[in-house]
Amino acid sequence: MTFDEKYFDVGRLDRLSYQSTCVHQLDPRAKVVATVLFLFTVISFPKYEVGGLIPFFLFPVLLMTMGEIPFLFVVKKVLFVSPFAIFIGIFNPLLDTGTVAVIAGMPISAGWISFVSIILKFSLTISAAILLVATTSFPGVCHALRQLGFPSLFTSQLLFLYRYLFVLMEEAMRIIRARDMRAFGTRGTGIKVFVRLIGILFLRTVDRAERVYYAMLSRGFQGDMPSLRKSRIAMTDMAFMATMITFLVVFRFFPVTEEVGRFTQELFR
Amino acid sequence: MHMADALLSPAVGATFWAGTIAVSGYASKKLKEQIDDKLIPLMGVLGAFIFAAQMINFTIPGTGSSGHLGGGMILAIILGPYAAFLVMASVLTVQALFFADGGLLALGCNIWNLGFYPCFLVYPLIYKPLVGGGKNPGRILVVSLLSAVVALQLGAFSVVIATLLSGKSELPFGAFVLLMQPIHLAIGIVEGFVTAGVINYVRSTRSEILESSAATISLGPAVSLKKVLITFAVLAAITGGALSWFASTHPDGLEWSIERVTGKDELPGQEQGIAPLLKGIQEKTAFLPDYGFKQAGKASKKGEPPPAWPGIEGGTSASGIIGAVIVLGMIVLIGMGIRAVRRRQNEQ
Repeated sequence: MTFDEKYFDVGRLDRLSYQSTCVHQLDPRAKVVATVLFLFTVISFPKYEVGGLIPFFLFPVLLMTMGEIPFLFVVKKVLFVSPFAIFIGIFNPLLDTGTVAVIAGMPISAGWISFVSIILKFSLTISAAILLVATTSFPGVCHALRQLGFPSLFTSQLLFLYRYLFVLMEEAMRIIRARDMRAFGTRGTGIKVFVRLIGILFLRTVDRAERVYYAMLSRGFQGDMPSLRKSRIAMTDMAFMATMITFLVVFRFFPVTEEVGRFTQELFR
Repeated sequence: MHMADALLSPAVGATFWAGTIAVSGYASKKLKEQIDDKLIPLMGVLGAFIFAAQMINFTIPGTGSSGHLGGGMILAIILGPYAAFLVMASVLTVQALFFADGGLLALGCNIWNLGFYPCFLVYPLIYKPLVGGGKNPGRILVVSLLSAVVALQLGAFSVVIATLLSGKSELPFGAFVLLMQPIHLAIGIVEGFVTAGVINYVRSTRSEILESSAATISLGPAVSLKKVLITFAVLAAITGGALSWFASTHPDGLEWSIERVTGKDELPGQEQGIAPLLKGIQEKTAFLPDYGFKQAGKASKKGEPPPAWPGIEGGTSASGIIGAVIVLGMIVLIGMGIRAVRRRQNEQ
């Protein structure tokens, strides 16, 4: 991905989070807690679980469709970060070769099953994280974390980072464009020039921080970032949490997939 | 080197999160005691700087591949360990949220690996004592190289340990270490050169920034070795507790899943079939907490005593596959249905 693409990618995710569908209107705290519970439940499945994981796709699908998040956007994001999990997971089929099942004459080794399980868990956890940000504004997430007990220094740090992220990325984008226009392929893309670029970017950043600080002082900054927005847990949030927990418990402890399969087999017997 | 959710077990993920939260709380407390309001915007904007700088690629000499900055060491040198750790934590959080790098459960692990080691181990124990007055560019280069390499080696080793303790990967310890450490040696060398380059550049052009920030932030006494050791002892205790909890639950998990598969709880035949297999695998993965699950998984996939495995067409695996296809189909249908309804609503 080129710098421009990365930049617009972040911007797009940010824009998606400012829609106003029913998912976006849920309290950020409810969404953060629900996502974390979801992640823990998915990860808690044993290594060779495949069938039990399938029903969990309902959660990202519902968020995606109710929240009007483009399907391909999420898929692309998931694919883009998949190399590490695939790289580590692909050793399972090579090292764990005991045959555990024969499907249509093809022997299936335990390693392939655990590999598929890793990939399923990976898709579920990553898409849940992406959908959390795509359906909740970043300041919303930060305030939710603050209310859930994270240190205020850390959440205001997050808010600052978010506020200046786009400013500095644009600055970096201008530097990159200037370099690329003078580079003719690979000239000037080495580490020496890079260090200078980073150095300049750093100096500009420090100067900017100073200006920001004086601007904040003149507006009465006293070391904290208060929020005017009053958030209250509504009935819909409670209903959402209750549904979510029921959903997780049922799908975690009842073999839904197998039951559906058995039922269908009975039906056609 | 970002750890991924899918490779973690809940116990390991939670342990790393506990460590990360404890260190964040400690760092914010320390920082609040001596904070200068000026530092708050500086930290925030520097976080955005690291983020933007990470997106700039450069060509690594001699290989043609491209690398990018990690930033932990630069931050620690400029801001000191406490502020640097919080900035690194915020950068990784935003990365996890916006780029989905790693995922949210693995975030604790990633903050620990990329923040704790450079800020609280390498900076106070290697960089600070060795760099001296910090006036000599050559010395800064050598010490930065050493620091970055050590920090990344620690981080990479930590990824290996976390993956192995989680037991989702089949990679044996030796091979995994051989895979990770050399790659991160190369990354560490590049990171060291960049760190030294940036520090030296800033020193040569605007040295007052480094001096003034080091002065205003007044790091206080460097983190003592005793504290580091105590932290590690506590973490070891937590990890040990979590693992033994795992070890004590796995027989239950095994029985539970066998019961689930067969629909009854007496299974003398299976017990015999599984025992030798269990032993074999136990030898292979003796120190992994997860072998019970492995057996459980195998048993549930088999659904019948091992000697009969080539013939199992019907039974659980078939109904499992059919069920999976149907459930997946239903989810897709639900999704498409909602989308269609939404579109119609929007058109009206």
